[in-house]
Amino acid sequence: MDTQTLIYLIVGATFALYIGIALYTRAGSTSEYYVASKGVHPILNGMATGADWMSAASFISMAGIISFIGLDGSVYLMGWTGGYVLLAMCLAPYLRKFGKFTVPDFIGERYYSQTARLVAVVCVIFISFTYVAGQMRGVGIVFSRYLEVDINTGVIIGMAIVFFYSVLGGMKGITYTQVAQYCVMIFAYMVPAIYISMMITGNPIPQLGFGSDVIGTETSVLERLNGLGTELGFSTYTDGSKSTIDVFFITMALMVGTAGLPHVIVRFFTTPTVRAARLSAGYALLFIAILYTTAPAVAAFARTNLLTSIPGISYSDAPQWVKNWENSGLIAWLDKNGDGKIQYGPGAPFAGAPAFGPERGANGERVVTNAATPAATELYVDRDIMVLANPEIANLPGWVIALIAAGGLAAALSTAAGLLLVISTSISHDLLKSNLMPGISEKQELLAARIAAGLAVLVAGLFGIYPPAFVAQVVAFAFGLAAASFFPAIVMGIFSKKMNKEGAIAGMVVGLAFTFIYIVYFKFVNPAMDNAEHWWFGISAEGIGTLGMIFNFIVAVIVAKLTAAPPEHIQHIIEDIRIPRGAGAAIDH
Amino acid sequence: MSASKQEAAKAYWKDNLRLMLILLAIWFAVSFGAGILFVDQLNAIQFFGFPLGFWFAQQGSIYVFVAMIFFYVWKMNQYDRKHDVHEE
Repeated sequence: MDTQTLIYLIVGATFALYIGIALYTRAGSTSEYYVASKGVHPILNGMATGADWMSAASFISMAGIISFIGLDGSVYLMGWTGGYVLLAMCLAPYLRKFGKFTVPDFIGERYYSQTARLVAVVCVIFISFTYVAGQMRGVGIVFSRYLEVDINTGVIIGMAIVFFYSVLGGMKGITYTQVAQYCVMIFAYMVPAIYISMMITGNPIPQLGFGSDVIGTETSVLERLNGLGTELGFSTYTDGSKSTIDVFFITMALMVGTAGLPHVIVRFFTTPTVRAARLSAGYALLFIAILYTTAPAVAAFARTNLLTSIPGISYSDAPQWVKNWENSGLIAWLDKNGDGKIQYGPGAPFAGAPAFGPERGANGERVVTNAATPAATELYVDRDIMVLANPEIANLPGWVIALIAAGGLAAALSTAAGLLLVISTSISHDLLKSNLMPGISEKQELLAARIAAGLAVLVAGLFGIYPPAFVAQVVAFAFGLAAASFFPAIVMGIFSKKMNKEGAIAGMVVGLAFTFIYIVYFKFVNPAMDNAEHWWFGISAEGIGTLGMIFNFIVAVIVAKLTAAPPEHIQHIIEDIRIPRGAGAAIDH
Repeated sequence: MSASKQEAAKAYWKDNLRLMLILLAIWFAVSFGAGILFVDQLNAIQFFGFPLGFWFAQQGSIYVFVAMIFFYVWKMNQYDRKHDVHEE
């Protein structure tokens, strides 16, 4: 069977599985739709959280990014895992004990204020749409790469599938589909990683192979990588080039942002008990860590491979995968000095992404029409190659390539579905039921949730088909805003009995406004100034959410000191959420 | 809540906060400490084929995070019973 047929078969089989699960687990009540009736086992919830959390960017792009920036890539590894420690110890058990459906529910009740709830709803919707736009585009790109359809058709197929199982199944359907998607994703990631680790070091466990010697030599992978890189003029792989303060602030913003992201928090509302909520956070991080500790190993192996096999060889002798991915436009070669050999070094060979002319060059390469840069390097390598091309580099059979396609789709679809559910819940529950139309029945609320999910899928799809030019830059928004708004408000709501509504609202507004203005200024208003010289304290837009969070805390504490303490019954709620007993009953109060 | 139950809840909360602060200190030390602030100094030390600071930044901190949450879960379950605030 050829690879293309295998891809159709495997991707088709996984889709049939997801739809089957959705049909079997469809939701019949608002409790099932919003929080899967709070009946999800911790291990399954851990897997679902893992799939919810790991997007197409984690699956396809992260290893590639690390591969090109070495030590600096640690901000993503630590940032996107460390947040679960905060979740497990500072948020999840208490929010589960509180026992409602959404984050705005908690903010609104704890701070006895519809204004606070409304601020929270607006943040949830904004953060989730920012995030989901990128996911739908990711679905389209994976489809187009593997199923030979164009990106827009891919987005529409993706929309149809997400629509089907999120609208029908709600949280219950999504949870069990995400469990299946986690399994597909992690299998697809590990198989090529294990093979490539064996190929380079002889050790089948990538996390150990990462520190082993390259087969047939006495040098370790990292020494080899540092040596090869230095020869070609790259900075040392195991040393960073970002400033320490920026790395510190970005890592903190990603950690705190992770703990504040509504689609992650809501997963901990689905467990049966407080104990199970704590345990879920542990399993979630364990399942995420399997991929996140493999990614830097894959990054190092792939880069070693690239630096050993490519620089200095003639184009005509280049391995087949170079030519395959050149045909997909992810690799490009511009023979600047006309010697027919591939020179590779730091910098970009030409401005922007490659644009290809119709004809072939003297050596049979695709002709690039971009203007060349003065740098000596001639090779353009898209960072996604590091994961996508792995099966071919390791000479793996066609079914592994098909697995990567299914894994990438699982990653993108599961995250998109989780986000869409949060958006629909915010609209039907927080906006309609709790604010505008408190009189609606449960049936009407459920219908409203489904209509909202349907509309959200359409809007997300439109973002995927007509991506706003700023998609890549707004990722900083999602984490920065979550860090600067929700995290402090929730933490103080649990750990301080004195925090009142005035303090919390003032803190959220200041944190949000500051972070928003800083990012907008450097990314959109004045991008020419977007460099360390002009940043405050040398903190980039990606890391500024940390400062926004600190401002949020300070302003909230000062304002709370100057205004009236929260009413008596709020103090009782706080005492109640701090102890696990009685979590089952809390749903009804 | 009766007086004795309130006492128990207070003692439970104190135990909980102490455990949390200790674990958060470790959380900070392995990631922000070893992986960021002191990464260059630690990189001078070799550790199973890795420069130590680099290992903490890309592997070690994540392992510690996972172990830490499971330890927290185990310890909190003990505290739940010790102060009689556990779920039935």
